Amino acid sequence: MLTYIIRRILYAVPIILGVNILTAVLFFYINTPDDMARKILGEKNVTPAAIENWKRDHGYSLPSFINTEEKGTAKITQTVFFQKSVPLLWFDFGRSDRNNIDIGNEIKHRMWPSLAISVPMFMIGVIVDLFVAMMLAYYRGTYLDLWGLFLGVILMSISTLFYIIGGQYFLGKVLKLFPVSGYDTGIYSAKFIILPVIIGIISTVGSGVRFYRTVFLEEINKDYIRTARAKGLSEGKVLFKHALKNAMIPVLTNVVVSIPFLFYGSLIMETFFAIPGLGNFTIEAIQAQDFAIVRSMVYLGSILYIAGLILTDISYTLVDPRVRFE
Amino acid sequence: MPVILATDLVVYLLVGAVFYFAAASRKEGALSSAWRELKRNRLAMISLVVLLAYVGVALLDSVRYRDPILEDDGTAARTAEGGLIYSPQALSLLDRAFTGLRLNTEKTYSAPFAAALYSKESIELSDGAIVRDYPPLKHPRSHWLGTDKVGNDVLYAALKGVRTGIVIGAGTTIVIIPFAIFFGVMAGYYGGFIDDIVQYIYTTLASIPGVLLIVAFMLLFGTSGYQGGLISQKDIYFKLFVPNDRLFWLCLILGITSWTDLCRLIRGETLKLRELEYVQASRAFGISKPGIIYRHIVPNVMHLVLITFVLQFSGLVLAEAILSYIGIGVGPEMGSWGNMINTARLELSREPIVWWNLFGAFLFMLVLVLPANIFGDAVRDSLDPRLRFR
Repeated sequence: MLTYIIRRILYAVPIILGVNILTAVLFFYINTPDDMARKILGEKNVTPAAIENWKRDHGYSLPSFINTEEKGTAKITQTVFFQKSVPLLWFDFGRSDRNNIDIGNEIKHRMWPSLAISVPMFMIGVIVDLFVAMMLAYYRGTYLDLWGLFLGVILMSISTLFYIIGGQYFLGKVLKLFPVSGYDTGIYSAKFIILPVIIGIISTVGSGVRFYRTVFLEEINKDYIRTARAKGLSEGKVLFKHALKNAMIPVLTNVVVSIPFLFYGSLIMETFFAIPGLGNFTIEAIQAQDFAIVRSMVYLGSILYIAGLILTDISYTLVDPRVRFE
Repeated sequence: MPVILATDLVVYLLVGAVFYFAAASRKEGALSSAWRELKRNRLAMISLVVLLAYVGVALLDSVRYRDPILEDDGTAARTAEGGLIYSPQALSLLDRAFTGLRLNTEKTYSAPFAAALYSKESIELSDGAIVRDYPPLKHPRSHWLGTDKVGNDVLYAALKGVRTGIVIGAGTTIVIIPFAIFFGVMAGYYGGFIDDIVQYIYTTLASIPGVLLIVAFMLLFGTSGYQGGLISQKDIYFKLFVPNDRLFWLCLILGITSWTDLCRLIRGETLKLRELEYVQASRAFGISKPGIIYRHIVPNVMHLVLITFVLQFSGLVLAEAILSYIGIGVGPEMGSWGNMINTARLELSREPIVWWNLFGAFLFMLVLVLPANIFGDAVRDSLDPRLRFR
C-alpha cells in the first residue's frame, strides 16, 4: 500500500514539472516581462528606463530561461524561470506584481472564507443530490422520475449567473431573508454564508442528480441486486442497503476528486457575494492584470487537482479490494 | 462589398456539417439507423427544430457586406482614383432585416410594449407649462423586450447574442476535433512511447484548472483583434477577410483547454478497435498503418466526435456568458448574452427595478441551452447507449 502511494506520488512529479514549465512559458516567454511592465505601468508614456526599473524591482530583469552571462549552474539559476517558477515547487509564491503583497500569506488567509462557503455547499449538495437521485431511481420509469429528470435538465440549462442574480434579488432583497453580499469574521459570517450555499446547491443539483441516478440505475441492473430481490427483500432495502453501498465507489471518486477544489472556492460565487476568498483574489488579480498572482493560482489549482487524483486512486483501493496496487 | 470574419467561416462550416449529416443520414448505415431512432423521440425533434432556428439566425448574422458611402447629393463617394469608398460598418443580413429594431432607439429605459419612458422627465407642454411625467416613446409599443439604459432595443441585442453563442459552441468543437482525433488515434493505435507522450500532454493540460488556463491565455492573446462594431481598414485582408477576430481567439483558447476529454475517449475507442477482427484482417492483408487509421479507425470514432459536440455545446454557451461576465470573453461591442447580463446586473438593485434586460438574456439562453441538452442526450442515446453510464 505504502509503495503504491509513493509510486503514485512519483508519477505526479513529471506532471507538476510540466505544469510549472507550461505556466512559465506562458507567463515569461510569450508574455515577456517587458509586456508585463508596460501593462502595469500603463500603456502610454512609459520610458524604457521605467520598464527596466520596474523589472529590476520585481526580479524580472534576468533572462527568461538561460543566462549566458553567468557560468556553471548560475547559467540556469540566475534566470526568471528559476527564480520565479521553481520556488513554486516548494510553495514559495513570492510577491505580487502590483501591490507587492506576500502571495503565500494572502493565500493562507483567504483560504478560510473560501472553505467556509465551499465545504457546506459541497457536503449538503452531495447529500441532496444522492437523496434525490435515489428517490428517482426508486421510482424509475414513473412520472415522478420523468418529470424529475426533466426538471434536472431545465436546472442544468440555466446559467449560474441567473441563479446568483435571481437568488440575491428574491431571497436577499425582496424577502430580506439574508444579507445580499458581504462577509464577517468568525461566527458572524454564518448569515453571509447561507445564501451562497443555497444558490450553489441549486445550481449544481441538476447535473448531480442525473449523474448519481445513472450510477444507481447501473447498479440496479446487476446480478447481486437480482439475487437480493429474489430472496424477497423489499425494494427499499435493496436500494438503500445493497445498491447504495456498491454505488459508493463512483460516488466516492466523484467526491474525493472535488475536495481539493474546495480550497479554491468559486470564482463567480465569491465575486458576487463579496467573499474575500481565493476565488475573489484571483478575479481581482485578473482584472488588475497581476500576473504573479494569476500564475500562482494556476499553479496552486493544478497541484490541488493532481492531489485530488492521487486521493481518488487511494480511496479506490480502500473501498474496493479488487483494485490491485499495480 | 462583402466582409467575412474568421468566425463567419465557423458558422458556414457548421451549416455545412448540418447538411452533411442530413445527407449522410439518408443513406444506409449506422447514422441512418440512429436517425430513425432519433425521429421517434418527439422532444428531441422539437429541440432540433429550435436549434436549427438558432443556427439560421446565426447564419443570417454571419453574411455581411459593407455599403458604399453616399455623398450628400446621393451619389456614391469615390476616392481620387475613382474607387468606391465603403462604410466601416459591415451590416449582416440580420441587421438589415431588423433595421427597425436597430435604429428605433429611445432615450433610455422603457418597459416591454410600453408607450412611455420608464423614468419621469420634465416635459414642456404646448402652452409653456412644465410638468413631471413619463415622456412618450418615439416608437411606442414597438419594443417587445423594452429598451436598455441607452435606449437600444433589448430584443435586437438578444438576437445579436445568438451568433456569439452558436459560434462559441461550434467554433470550439472545430478546434477540438483535429487535436483530439490526431492525438487520440495516434496514442491508441501506435501505443508505447507515443501513447506515453500523448497521455502526459493531456494529463498536464487537464490538471490546470480550465477557467484559469482560459483566463491566462485570454489575458495574453485575446486583447487584440476585432471586437465587434466598426471594422477598421487595417484589419481587413484581401479586401474582405478579417482573420483577427477576438471571438475566434476565444474559441481557439476554449478548444485548446478542452480537447483532452474527447482525446481520452477516442484513445480508448481506438485501443478497442485495434484488436477487432476486421482491423486485424486488413493488417494481415498488408495495408499500411496510416491506411488502416484513415479507412477503419477514424470513421469508427466519428460517432464519439458527434456525441461530444452536442453534449459540450450547451456547456460552452454557458461558459461564454461567465467569461464575458468576468471581462475576458467577447468584446463589449460584440452582442453577447454574457455582456447583457453584465450590464443588467445592477438593474435589479435600482428602484424601480429593470428586469427585461436580464429576462431577454435569460430567455434566449434557456431556449438555446435546454434544447441543446435534450437533443444532446437523445443523440448520445441513439448513437452509443453505453456512454450514458460514463
